[in-house]
Amino acid sequence: MTRRIVLPVAALAALVGLWQLAASTGVLADVLDVESFLVPSPAEIASALWENRSLFAENAWVTLQEILLGFLCGLALGLAFGLLLRPFELLRLSFYPLIVGSQAIPIIVFAPILVVWFGYGIWPKLVVVALVCFFPIAVATADGLRAVDPEATKMMRTLDASRAQLLWRLEAPTALPFTFSGAKIGVTFAPIAAVFGEWAGANSGLGVLIREDNAHLATDRMFAAAFLLAAIAVALYGLVAIVERRVVTWR
Amino acid sequence: MFSVRDLFHAYGGLIAIERLDLETPENGVLGVVGPSGCGKSTLLELIAGLQQPSGGTVEVGGATDPAGRLAHCAFMPQRDSLLPWLSAVDNAALALRNRGEHRRAARGQAGRHFERFGLAGFERTRPAELSGGMRQRVAFLRTLVAGKPVLALDEPFASLDAITRAEMQAWLAATLAADPRTVVLVTHDVEEALYLCDRVVVLSARPARVVEELSAPAPRAHNRDAAVTDPAFVAARERAMAVLHRGSRGAFVNQELTNAPVETE
Repeated sequence: MTRRIVLPVAALAALVGLWQLAASTGVLADVLDVESFLVPSPAEIASALWENRSLFAENAWVTLQEILLGFLCGLALGLAFGLLLRPFELLRLSFYPLIVGSQAIPIIVFAPILVVWFGYGIWPKLVVVALVCFFPIAVATADGLRAVDPEATKMMRTLDASRAQLLWRLEAPTALPFTFSGAKIGVTFAPIAAVFGEWAGANSGLGVLIREDNAHLATDRMFAAAFLLAAIAVALYGLVAIVERRVVTWR
Repeated sequence: MFSVRDLFHAYGGLIAIERLDLETPENGVLGVVGPSGCGKSTLLELIAGLQQPSGGTVEVGGATDPAGRLAHCAFMPQRDSLLPWLSAVDNAALALRNRGEHRRAARGQAGRHFERFGLAGFERTRPAELSGGMRQRVAFLRTLVAGKPVLALDEPFASLDAITRAEMQAWLAATLAADPRTVVLVTHDVEEALYLCDRVVVLSARPARVVEELSAPAPRAHNRDAAVTDPAFVAARERAMAVLHRGSRGAFVNQELTNAPVETE
């Protein structure tokens, strides 16, 4: 457990140290052949984060809500797709290719129409985040339900299990670790999805800040917002992993 | 209790079973041995109602339809198939839970047998923490608790080491002596079949036919070591081995096969 925390922190510290050295001595700006204010050092990013802490906190909260609610919607949809379609093989076969196809929709291009449909509020962001999270969870759950040992299915059938009992007592618990793997992938992509949703039209959120700061070449604040998004992703991944360890106790 | 008449079964263009007739009375223990891949497990699934034969009839307790046969049989798969997320007692109680009994009542009913099964104190233990022999006993208890008249056992001890397997065979013999059931036991271990069963049929390589039928040479609940060294037992075993070796066309059947006298034709 300590290694899981100490090692990534040490790796991060080493990278940040190198970056600080390269940025503060001007090496990075020289190599990239740009003005030095375009290549902020970690210290400058940290001070931008600190000086604008209330602004960042407000906007991070907005984005976090979009991520969390969108992820929960995606989780519910993914579970529903996997569990409800498991007994209905024809339905599953009918919809599976459509769902794979849906992932090819370039959401960043599509998001503005969602704003037209659902307005300027949180809804279009929820839809984008949910769509992105849904896919890995649905696929993992559907595959997990099919990973059941056929011998166990036969055993359950001779022990008088109904179709629903087979699903609930055997298939769903078998699929659970798979679902968690899908959820970990989904939650990692959720912050990017939230930013795309905000770019299509929003008043607040880390994505809005990034876009404004990009326009003003405030690179230190841009990096600060990106850092916050990364921190949210890591924290949510950790949260899912903790829940997984609590729920999947037999592995 | 169950009978198989003129059974024929084919799948994927392969004839698995051809003209098979079997019959076992109530509380009879039938052993089915044969070379690997001869269709023994398929036969078990056909009897248990997990599959429908291509031809012929399978009748269990008066029922010939798959659902009726399923209602009369409890199946114990080759690997124990214990559910890793359930405790030992919850695994043993699965059939009761499937029938709608409440968790506490089901646990109480299944837990009553733990002492007799050498599992006392392990009720709340998950399968991963049990030894191979204990897991097999939980799996057998799960099959028994289902309360079905016919037990279909598919190589129940194949995954155990030799010493544990011998112990489990003696234990199963004693358990069946105390609580008689109709059993069909599929195994590739001739000694196991002869020791545990009243009657043993030897199947040929695919398509499976009965090539030899043997009666058990020794009473079941006997001391195992004494039973398997009895001259009548040894003779029966060697006869079964010779038949198997001819029927399997050289396929590897059992470790002891290489030492058994082989009739050449």
